[in-house]
Amino acid sequence: MIEFQLESASGVATYLQLVQQVRQALRLGILEPGDQLPTAQQVVAKLAINPNTVLKAYRDLEREGLVRPRPGQGTFVVGALPRRDPAAQERFLISMSTWLRKALAAGLGPDDIEAIYRTAMRNLFAEGVA
Amino acid sequence: MTRFAWLQFRMQAAVGAGALAVIAVVLAVTEPNLVHLYNTSVANCAVSGNCAAATTAFLAKDHLLQDLANLLIALPALVGMFWGAPLVARELETGTEQLVWAQGVTRTRWILTKLALIGLASAAASGLLSLMLTWWSSTFDRVNMNKFTSVFDQRDIVPIGYAAFAFALGAATGALIRRTLPAMATTLAAYVGVRLVFTHWVRPHLITPVRAVTALHAMAGTTFNETNNGPLTLIGAKPGAWVYSAQVVNKTGHPVSGSFLDRGACLQSRAASACIGQLREALVYQPASRYWTFQWYEMAIFLALAVVLGGLCVWWVRDRLV
Amino acid sequence: MTAVIETTALGKRYGRKWALRDCTLSIPEGNVVSLVGPNGAGKTTLLHLAVGLLAPTCGSISVLGGRPGDGPAQLEKVGFVAQATPTYAGLSVAKHLRMGAYLNAKWDRGLAQGRVDQLGLDPRQKAGSLSGGQRAQLALTIAIAKRPELLVLDEPVASLDPLSRREFLQGLMEIVAEHGISVVLSSHLVADLERVCDSIVVLVASQVRLAGEVAELLATHHRLSGPRRDPRSLPSDQAVIEESHTDKQSTFFIRTDQPILDPRWSVAPVTLEDLVLAYMAAPVRGPELGAPALGLVS
Repeated sequence: MIEFQLESASGVATYLQLVQQVRQALRLGILEPGDQLPTAQQVVAKLAINPNTVLKAYRDLEREGLVRPRPGQGTFVVGALPRRDPAAQERFLISMSTWLRKALAAGLGPDDIEAIYRTAMRNLFAEGVA
Repeated sequence: MTRFAWLQFRMQAAVGAGALAVIAVVLAVTEPNLVHLYNTSVANCAVSGNCAAATTAFLAKDHLLQDLANLLIALPALVGMFWGAPLVARELETGTEQLVWAQGVTRTRWILTKLALIGLASAAASGLLSLMLTWWSSTFDRVNMNKFTSVFDQRDIVPIGYAAFAFALGAATGALIRRTLPAMATTLAAYVGVRLVFTHWVRPHLITPVRAVTALHAMAGTTFNETNNGPLTLIGAKPGAWVYSAQVVNKTGHPVSGSFLDRGACLQSRAASACIGQLREALVYQPASRYWTFQWYEMAIFLALAVVLGGLCVWWVRDRLV
Repeated sequence: MTAVIETTALGKRYGRKWALRDCTLSIPEGNVVSLVGPNGAGKTTLLHLAVGLLAPTCGSISVLGGRPGDGPAQLEKVGFVAQATPTYAGLSVAKHLRMGAYLNAKWDRGLAQGRVDQLGLDPRQKAGSLSGGQRAQLALTIAIAKRPELLVLDEPVASLDPLSRREFLQGLMEIVAEHGISVVLSSHLVADLERVCDSIVVLVASQVRLAGEVAELLATHHRLSGPRRDPRSLPSDQAVIEESHTDKQSTFFIRTDQPILDPRWSVAPVTLEDLVLAYMAAPVRGPELGAPALGLVS
């Protein structure tokens, strides 16, 4: 069973941290379809957090199709994160290199590019895409 | 709520009950001796002729009576200060009203139950002590014949009214002042004040006294009292009654001074009895038969005051402490 | 969704001083809501109005659909733990539980006794000799064993040491997990709160400065720093809560629903404490500064 950790001062909302940790566990194979997630009461006993937070995280994961609650029994992993497709990765690498060449030609340095990358990631994250 | 009020009051009730029990035992043990003494010395003193001495000797044994009388006088004040004043004030001081008023009882029920329970306990304690004391002191009272006068407030049923009044006064004061010690002091002062005012200015006017002018007749135990050139008054003119004034007057109704008798015009002359026969006694008094009426009136008035103060306390707790 | 506490222009005045003014809130059920603000802001006043210890000077308040303090049924629905957790110093733990049983119709004897056993409290020990943490736990036990629908707590952990504080909040969260009740608790210590509450209300100088769900507030507030800039040049969707400038640099604490696209900014994450401090410090401005009504979005 997965055990949640909490980083209090990270600026990331608690429920998002839980979501991220479940997805990370799925990616690393710690969690597999059929495994049960800790109940809200179990999480509260360990972390002294609001049980609604746990439920909210599980609802988000359910919406992504990764988990499903079984009434009277708990919440169980049902899905998996999409596998990496090597051909798709290759395509993205090419389009990124094109973009980078254009940026460098326009006079942007590595730090500018980094700043743009971080801003873009942050905005997508806030929208709930990343 | 009644059970909880009792839970809180239990300790204080035990102290009171314990004290009353001790007193009851002391009285029960000493009463037979007292009655025996009375029967052997005073009851038959007319036969042996030494009534004055026997009476004085008997009355000298009244130490215990004095102590208990003081206790009975003090009891309402104590109840007001220690049971009444802290009732609301202590809860407000310690903040426990925030605990108990958040439980499933309304404030009205809370204060009414506590007032009723402890008010009844106060009245009962006072009534019981008064009952014991009145019973024990019956021989003394028979000799002193002063139940209607100097010991009126330490006998029979008026102490019940006093205790209920003092308790309600304490509770209301505590609710208004919100701090226990100042409330205790204020309760004591107010109680003493009200009792003094009532005794001196209200009680004498409850029923119009009887005014009578009758022939002068000296009875055993009647004496004259004269101030220098002042009016001559009688003492012990109506035993058992509450005498407001008892003056010796002449035929036309004017008060007679002591010097009138001194001049020898009356007492020394051969027509002494005729002279004295001209004198009258002018009495303003409440007859002894009205003793119980006065007891009931005074108790009822103090009970009514208690109810009014209790109502004030309830209103204050419910509507003004928000 | 029904509201557990609903106030409309609620105000309380003592003499000429307003302890709480113009407070309009709608707190949804099933949440843990934190009332945050400096001492003297009006938190205790608001909570006392909610449990019927005080009556409003103006405006109205309704709790679980009823008027606070209005009869035993209403009083039974709300459990209250007052500041400094007053208890009867001369009564033992067991006698306090008996008080609860005598005075509350829905008292759950098993729950009360179970909690006392679990906490290791000696039933015969007088409440006056309990430690601060133990008294707080006793007060919480009494409040919860009457099976209320709403639990109201006034600075329950303010005077506790860190361990007792943690144990108390843990106990509280377990109660919420087990019974699903709504909780409103006030605190002037923000650090504990982000993991514990769903929503917060920031109260400063007897007025509501901010109210909303914690997750949404954290997602929409950011700290931007970058080259010096006039705040009026910021996009219109970005509301400035706090700003500070040096000759070369500006730092803004903003609220926005939109993504931040300007690459000149470095954007730092914002903790709940940052958020509360910024709103507590900000002078009261226009209506864009934190809608006073809590969102009813669940």
